[in-house]
Amino acid sequence: MRHITRLITASTMIVLMTTAAYAQTPRDTVVMAKQIDDIISLDPAEAFEFSGVEVGANVYDKLITVDVAKNNALIGDLAENWTVSPDNLTYTFKIRSGIKFHSGNPLTAADVVYSFQRAVTLNKSPGFILTQFGFDKDNLLQKVKAVNDTTVEITVSKPFAPTFFLNCLTSGVASIVDSKLVMANAKDGDFGNGWLKLNSAGSGAYSVRAYRPNEQYALEANANWYKGAPKNKRVIVRHVAEPASQRLLLEKGDIDVARNLSKDQLAAVREKADIGLVQGDKGYILYLGLNTKNPNFAKPEVREALKWLVDYDSIERNIVAGTYKPHESFLPQGFLGAITDKPYKFDPAKAKELLAKAGLPNGFSVTMDVRSTAPITDIAQAIQANWAQAGVKLELIPGDGKQTLTKYRARTHDIYIGQWGPDYLDPHTNAETFAINENNGDDAKSKTLAWRNAWDIPEMTKVTQAAVLEPDADKRAAIYGVLQREHQKISPFVIMFQQVEVSAQRKNVSGWVIGPTSDTNLYAPIVKN
Amino acid sequence: MARSSAPVTGPATVTSGPGPGRLARWGKMLSRELTTVAITMFGLLAITFLIARVIPIDPVLAVVGDNARPDVYEAARLALGLDKPLWQQFAIYVGKVFTGDLGTSILTAQPVISDIKRVFPATLELATLGTLVGITFGIPLGVLAAVKQGRWPDQLARFIGLFGYSIPIFWLGLMGLLLFYAKLGWVSGPGRISIAYQDFVTPVTGVILLDAAMQGEWDAFWNALSHLVLPSAVLGMFSLAYISRMTRSFMIAELQQQYVIAARVKGMSEARVIWRHALRNALVPLTTVIALSYANLLEGSVLTETIFAWPGLGRYITNGLLNADMNAVLGGTLVVGAIFIGVNLFADILGRIFDPRTR
Repeated sequence: MRHITRLITASTMIVLMTTAAYAQTPRDTVVMAKQIDDIISLDPAEAFEFSGVEVGANVYDKLITVDVAKNNALIGDLAENWTVSPDNLTYTFKIRSGIKFHSGNPLTAADVVYSFQRAVTLNKSPGFILTQFGFDKDNLLQKVKAVNDTTVEITVSKPFAPTFFLNCLTSGVASIVDSKLVMANAKDGDFGNGWLKLNSAGSGAYSVRAYRPNEQYALEANANWYKGAPKNKRVIVRHVAEPASQRLLLEKGDIDVARNLSKDQLAAVREKADIGLVQGDKGYILYLGLNTKNPNFAKPEVREALKWLVDYDSIERNIVAGTYKPHESFLPQGFLGAITDKPYKFDPAKAKELLAKAGLPNGFSVTMDVRSTAPITDIAQAIQANWAQAGVKLELIPGDGKQTLTKYRARTHDIYIGQWGPDYLDPHTNAETFAINENNGDDAKSKTLAWRNAWDIPEMTKVTQAAVLEPDADKRAAIYGVLQREHQKISPFVIMFQQVEVSAQRKNVSGWVIGPTSDTNLYAPIVKN
Repeated sequence: MARSSAPVTGPATVTSGPGPGRLARWGKMLSRELTTVAITMFGLLAITFLIARVIPIDPVLAVVGDNARPDVYEAARLALGLDKPLWQQFAIYVGKVFTGDLGTSILTAQPVISDIKRVFPATLELATLGTLVGITFGIPLGVLAAVKQGRWPDQLARFIGLFGYSIPIFWLGLMGLLLFYAKLGWVSGPGRISIAYQDFVTPVTGVILLDAAMQGEWDAFWNALSHLVLPSAVLGMFSLAYISRMTRSFMIAELQQQYVIAARVKGMSEARVIWRHALRNALVPLTTVIALSYANLLEGSVLTETIFAWPGLGRYITNGLLNADMNAVLGGTLVVGAIFIGVNLFADILGRIFDPRTR
């Protein structure tokens, strides 16, 4: 016993003496702290969570990408240029020559065909982004063809708006993988999915050096990237779940960038001289879903009344400042056709008038399923207080995320408060879920958010579906504008905020830009001085 | 009161000497213990499985995400075997567990067994050092409190005990980080090892301190230790509180025994009476207490692991639970159950060795 005591005392003393000079981060390596426990796969055909998609964005190239600096305009990535046939059915992509994968294999049209084939055949969570254009595992090789080594021809099933198809090609599921390398690692016809979950086979700015789930991933810069070598040699992203720990690590200089600081921590580090903030609009929409199976919500006046009953300004100021901004329409800023109209503000008198018109002058009682996380709980409580001013008694039912979601998907909620994130960078992703409900029955195949709130809208469904066939980009944007204004008036959705992502970084770090989706969070321009 | 097992095995031990009879008795005891273990493990399996299936959370959502199309959803449901009746699902699961297959985690896409092999050493490291801290400081503190019962050392020990017990561990952890890491710079911050050293050590056992020492990477060893000091001290604070309180009450009971009076009357030095005689007897029940507190730490401390970015078992299971990753939860619970049963068994055997009457 005495020996153990002595040993521990001695070693503790030595540690205390030696670690006073702690290790700073290596100069050519960018170190980030981030919550990465949402990653379930690094395979671009499967990854559909923020962190997994972000890794893919830095490891793989696609045919097309967007220019974040130019309001997300479409630009060629691996495709040098492309043409669309007059009937809007056939796309021909000319691939840049001389591009090599990390393995050294040359990138050819065959890799493009293989990448589409595996994404469509595997048909994992993001697979629908491609299959909605009529591809399936049987017809794919007829629809996606290599004309020669540098030319790919793709045929879609309907004359969709070119912006729609091309926007979808900018998402992670359309990444181009190294077919030779992936095939060499395939097992039992899995198209290498098992192997790609943890490894990479891309041509992008980085390769995956090591990935330990829930712990960290390390990316190695690709000096031969066709856009030029990244400005740093290595990026290491560590999973630090606790935002307070992220803040301490950042202040001590043990990390360069902290990705998940909360509102209070951001306010605190803002004061520090050696720390700066970077922010970018994210596509996330925070909204309330009112289930129209509840007879009160079946009345349009009640739905409108509740929109006048949320104190948007005060919630923004007191609860979500810096991390959300007010936004009242279903397309987030940065998307084609997004509008900035904010018709509603807090007006209890007007709400009362509308409730009286609906036959509820004294209000009514209703429940809301709330997942127990910040800032959702706080916002729900604020709304509870707001609604009380017009006699609407709101009962909050706390639950964990998966629990409230299970209930929501089964349409057994009264009100759901939550976020919706676009699946790809095209307006159709949100328009489809907020404004299409093909079959309001319980046997419906497509269970959109409109369906989940039992909102039966045959007319609006037709308009929304037609919007993806409008070839002219400006006319298409105008259709979404009209659609959103109508939606604001009558829908059972109280859309309140759009997310703003903020990250804090050491002052010697520059070049980090937060894009509108995880597909556009790029590490290559980050410089450390 | 501390030797409840004595009447059962005690007399038999005295009459039967060494030889085949003793061996047979040990064999019998072992087979009885093993049967108990088997039944307990099966019960654990059945209950966790049932709980995992009846909670109102859809495990398919964990696989496919919120926005999956119906066909993708259905395919995932079939792949999970959720279309089969509950008893069949359970039978399949038990069959797999017996062949060492705990299934694949949804979150990490890895076999649960290899996940646990990866996260458990991190927890083991933390729990072992934490328990060492608890024993090293807790036992002397408890003895002191018992000997000076009612006087200021006792009050001090009570204060430390209450402090360690009632201060929320996340607060202690954050304050510790703020003071010793952020302000004073004496220890390293969250994480198991600094980025600069992380490639120095090849994982063999997974316990960084051991691996670094075996590979002669002493810089990495000290760095890892400087990361480990604070979280293990925070955990140790908790086990220190518990161990010191228990030591105190066991010691007070022992010090009132007649053999203590007899020893004092014989003129034995007070130090010898306390440390040699009373403490040795108090160690028998104390072993069980320490073992259980160790097992408690081995199951992983979610809050400590979260604050210190420590990729351990507690966080692994909690994460699985929050994301409806049922294979991970079931596998993790099974391992925790096995640890508890194993440590209990070990403490039982150790108790028998310490107690001369059961030898």
